[in-house]
Amino acid sequence: MRDRVWIFAGLAFFVAALTCPAWYAVANGKASNKSKPPNLELPANQKECVAPAGTMRAAHMQMLIQWREDVVRHGDRRFVAFNGKVYEKSLTRTCLGCHNKEQFCDRCHAYSGVSDPYCWNCHNDPQTVAGSRTRSTP
Amino acid sequence: MKITRKDFLRISGLSLLAAGCKRAAESVSQPASSVRAASTQPVRWGMVIDLSKCREKDGCNACIHACNAAHNIPQIANHAHEVKWIWTEPDATVFPSAQTDFAPQTVTETKVPLLCNHCANPPCTRVCPTQATWKRDDGIVMMDWHRCIGCRYCVAACPYGSRSFNFEDPRPSIESINPDFPTRTKGVVEKCNFCEERLARGLKPACVDACPQRVFTFGNLADPESEPRQLLRERFAVQREPELGTGPSVFYLV
Ligand code: SF4
Ligand code: SF4
Repeated sequence: MRDRVWIFAGLAFFVAALTCPAWYAVANGKASNKSKPPNLELPANQKECVAPAGTMRAAHMQMLIQWREDVVRHGDRRFVAFNGKVYEKSLTRTCLGCHNKEQFCDRCHAYSGVSDPYCWNCHNDPQTVAGSRTRSTP
Repeated sequence: MKITRKDFLRISGLSLLAAGCKRAAESVSQPASSVRAASTQPVRWGMVIDLSKCREKDGCNACIHACNAAHNIPQIANHAHEVKWIWTEPDATVFPSAQTDFAPQTVTETKVPLLCNHCANPPCTRVCPTQATWKRDDGIVMMDWHRCIGCRYCVAACPYGSRSFNFEDPRPSIESINPDFPTRTKGVVEKCNFCEERLARGLKPACVDACPQRVFTFGNLADPESEPRQLLRERFAVQREPELGTGPSVFYLV
């Protein structure tokens, strides 16, 4: 029982080390900032997405992967939405036809810690692409 | 009701078996139901290139510029890192075994437009370990850049040098990016896709439309009445090294 002081000191140190990131964040005032949901800019010209907002929020990545499989592997570009509307399965032409990448995609990705999904290594943002010419297709 | 251990095991075993049977039945029946409506007519996209017309406008390169712009092809100064989908080489390099003595210089020095042959029996797809490159039902040899791991087996397998590897990030070397077509990334292989994205919209390949001499005739080689087939009936054509058994879908009228 004479080691009690050492045991409790060690425990206290362990807990402090474990929680130090949280303390650090609080001290820097970041925690309160981060917990605020990002301010997403919604498209002005459209009220409806290709699926209800909840579905898109939770599963747009699965949907994009499905679209990719359909278009690249099977040449199937036609997407019939939940409400019967027909869209082209295209990140650039359909998603970014309405959404602004910087004010929508990037903000939420940064907030949820998935900044820079590598889609953008190849796929282009039509609004920021350097010297964007006339589109290749009508 | 009291369940003995034996009953419990028996019931769970049967349930597992039933679930397994259901999966098996589904996987057997699924291909039948999800098979895409097979087109009644077989398609094999192909191209006939009339070199006699091309020769009339030496050094034009409109086809190459159109392709480069449509597909975001980087212009890399370092020759070893070069990326190309359609390019030219002298006739003597392209058809080494078709050279005849005393042939006119105009013919031997013609710059011949080259691109992927979309071979009927492509060696490149056979060696790809990830099926990132494969032959579609319509004859197009496609690339799936999402899946390519950059092993470059296909580059070694293609006897025509149709494939390029991205040794560096291509974006800085693209003059102006066409947002409708992705760029590629460092570490993947690329080549001509017969403008698959344009065919899907009912357009002809970019090079075909861009050529002021109408040198390229594009169409379905499986249809005996198609334009390229008519040309091939009327005139003598050559393919690049057909003796390799690759079955090129690009033909040249010399
Ligand atoms: S030309 Fe080369 S890359 Fe094109 S299909 Fe034939 S083997 Fe493959
Ligand atoms: S480089 Fe890419 S496409 Fe070529 S064989 Fe390897 S994985 Fe397949």
